[in-house]
Amino acid sequence: MSDSRPTSTAGPDKARFVIAFALAVLALVVGWDAWRLSGINTYSAVGPEAFPAIIAAGLALLALANAVEAVREGAQDRPRDEAGPMAWVLAGLIGQIVLLAFGAGFAIATGWLFAATAKGFGRGPLWGHFLAGAAMCFVIYVVFAKGLQLALPAGPLERLI
Amino acid sequence: MDTFAALSQGVMVALQPMNLLFAFVGVMLGTAVGVLPGIGPALTVALLLPITFKLDPAGSLIMFAGIYYGGMYGGSTASILLNTPGESASIVTALEGNKMARAGRGGPALATAAIGSFVAGTIATIGLALIAPTIVDLAISFGPEDYFALMVLAFTTVSAAFGSSVTRGLTSLFIGLSLGLIGIDLQSGQARLSFGVPDLLDGVEVTTLAVALFAIGETLSVVAAGARADEIIEPVKGSVFMNREDWKRSWKPWLRGTFLGFPIGAMPAGGAEIPTFLSYALEKRLCRKPGEFGNGAIEGVAGPEAANNAAAAGVLVPLLTLGLPTSATAAIMLAGFQQYGMNPGPLLFATNPDLVWGLIASLFIANGMLLVLNLPLVGLWVRLLAIPRPWLYGGILVFATLGTLGANPSLVELGMLLVFGLLGYVLRRYDYPIAPVVVGLILGPLAEQQLRRALAISVGDPLVLFQSPVALTLYVLSALALFGPLLFYVITGRKAPVGADED
Repeated sequence: MSDSRPTSTAGPDKARFVIAFALAVLALVVGWDAWRLSGINTYSAVGPEAFPAIIAAGLALLALANAVEAVREGAQDRPRDEAGPMAWVLAGLIGQIVLLAFGAGFAIATGWLFAATAKGFGRGPLWGHFLAGAAMCFVIYVVFAKGLQLALPAGPLERLI
Repeated sequence: MDTFAALSQGVMVALQPMNLLFAFVGVMLGTAVGVLPGIGPALTVALLLPITFKLDPAGSLIMFAGIYYGGMYGGSTASILLNTPGESASIVTALEGNKMARAGRGGPALATAAIGSFVAGTIATIGLALIAPTIVDLAISFGPEDYFALMVLAFTTVSAAFGSSVTRGLTSLFIGLSLGLIGIDLQSGQARLSFGVPDLLDGVEVTTLAVALFAIGETLSVVAAGARADEIIEPVKGSVFMNREDWKRSWKPWLRGTFLGFPIGAMPAGGAEIPTFLSYALEKRLCRKPGEFGNGAIEGVAGPEAANNAAAAGVLVPLLTLGLPTSATAAIMLAGFQQYGMNPGPLLFATNPDLVWGLIASLFIANGMLLVLNLPLVGLWVRLLAIPRPWLYGGILVFATLGTLGANPSLVELGMLLVFGLLGYVLRRYDYPIAPVVVGLILGPLAEQQLRRALAISVGDPLVLFQSPVALTLYVLSALALFGPLLFYVITGRKAPVGADED
């Protein structure tokens, strides 16, 4: 990570409070699952709930430790992250899943992912990258499906071969 | 004597044309990904796991080891020419190496890194071959409680060695441990934390998690940084050959780096980063021209690079002999063994001696290949650095999703890739280390298995965990790893010089 060293200012570190809170929630979920499992009778010295219980306890302690560090270290000046480019990459990943769900096939869906990622990094045009990406992924599909017998999702393009 | 018989048998395996080809492909791929920013050996091996599923186990494992060694070489090239280390164990190399490159001495910097890596890699691999049978003999007598203690030690050292604070390291570790709980408990048949989702019953795939954390998480944090992360490539000027003075100033740091790196890597203490920092500090103290440090001292490249590669070979000692991964790449390689139904550890030396010794022998070959290939091909590697980032990261995401779909063509798997990718971004953004998450996911279930086995033998008496002298020693070491930095702070009043990340 190339971020410069963060400097501290007044007040607690809100982001790490959120992380502490998330850990506490995770501790509750794991702990609840352990409690649910402890009600099931198993025929072993140590049941399936013992290890999760230890982890839940550890998570709870870490939630506390993170909260304490958030207060002690104070708010951090982190370089601002840009939402726009990130949104493009996420749109690429989510779009790929949606396209696959509608049966568009590997080449089209992953071509979109390539184009959206390139766009996020500031390189257009979206359309040209989509075509190039889809062509590249079609070649990959052929290599994998024919050469390595890996089952990648097929769509209208892939069914042509 | 037995070792040499076994090793020469291994050499025969490694010299088979197919395996030589695998080693070659491995070191080329490894160097390429080591050079490229954003992808490291851990990610590459993770992506290759589904593809190699149907290949010969010995061949693919030899390739993985080649990638691992190659990644270390490539990382040094990137940090010397780019000042952004391709992988974390090269951070120190960047300090002096990039200064040398700016002063027009990039050639000798690359050369001392390459030759130092070769020297260190060779000595350390000999060390691995010599020490492995002894540890295997020792490990045969380990009970489940000792194994559990060993894993606790791996947990604590991995969390303490990576990341900027122990709290952060442990947080990452426990996230990994929680993910490791997901799925059907093999002993009781109960589903844990799967919330009725059938795809979760098999648990979280190590490859999915690793690819998401490393590839997607890295891409998201680089794209979010925007123009902040622009880089300058230093062209290689002048001769790549070292002059007589360079040699004279390099050979001692190589050896010192090796002897720092190998033991630290071989202890279940995690990572190649710490010895590189130690070696840098040591060379700085011993150098007869201390004024050059900070302005491009060749010792500051030679020592840490040797330490880095020696530690990389050292990490294979606990992995092969005890089945204990202490770095992210080692964790993925463990997954590689598991996909062929093999578990590294003392038994593997007995059941698959050809494979284990073939792998060790191929490390020598990979090292030699890297030395021969690296310097003449420097021009090629530099050109890799010039790939425009939109295409590089677009390609990384294409291959990340390809690897995931190839392993399991399910959209739920892709969804998990996205979710864990976001997790990886958040961890990076707030300085939490990545490697402990992967180690926690893969070692957590193994630790639980040993714990329950130990407690089953003692009919539930938890005191059994603390009765074996081996286990007690390991717990003391764990406590040292956790509270060592704190002690260091209390005694010297300075923050301990640890803290690195990834791979």
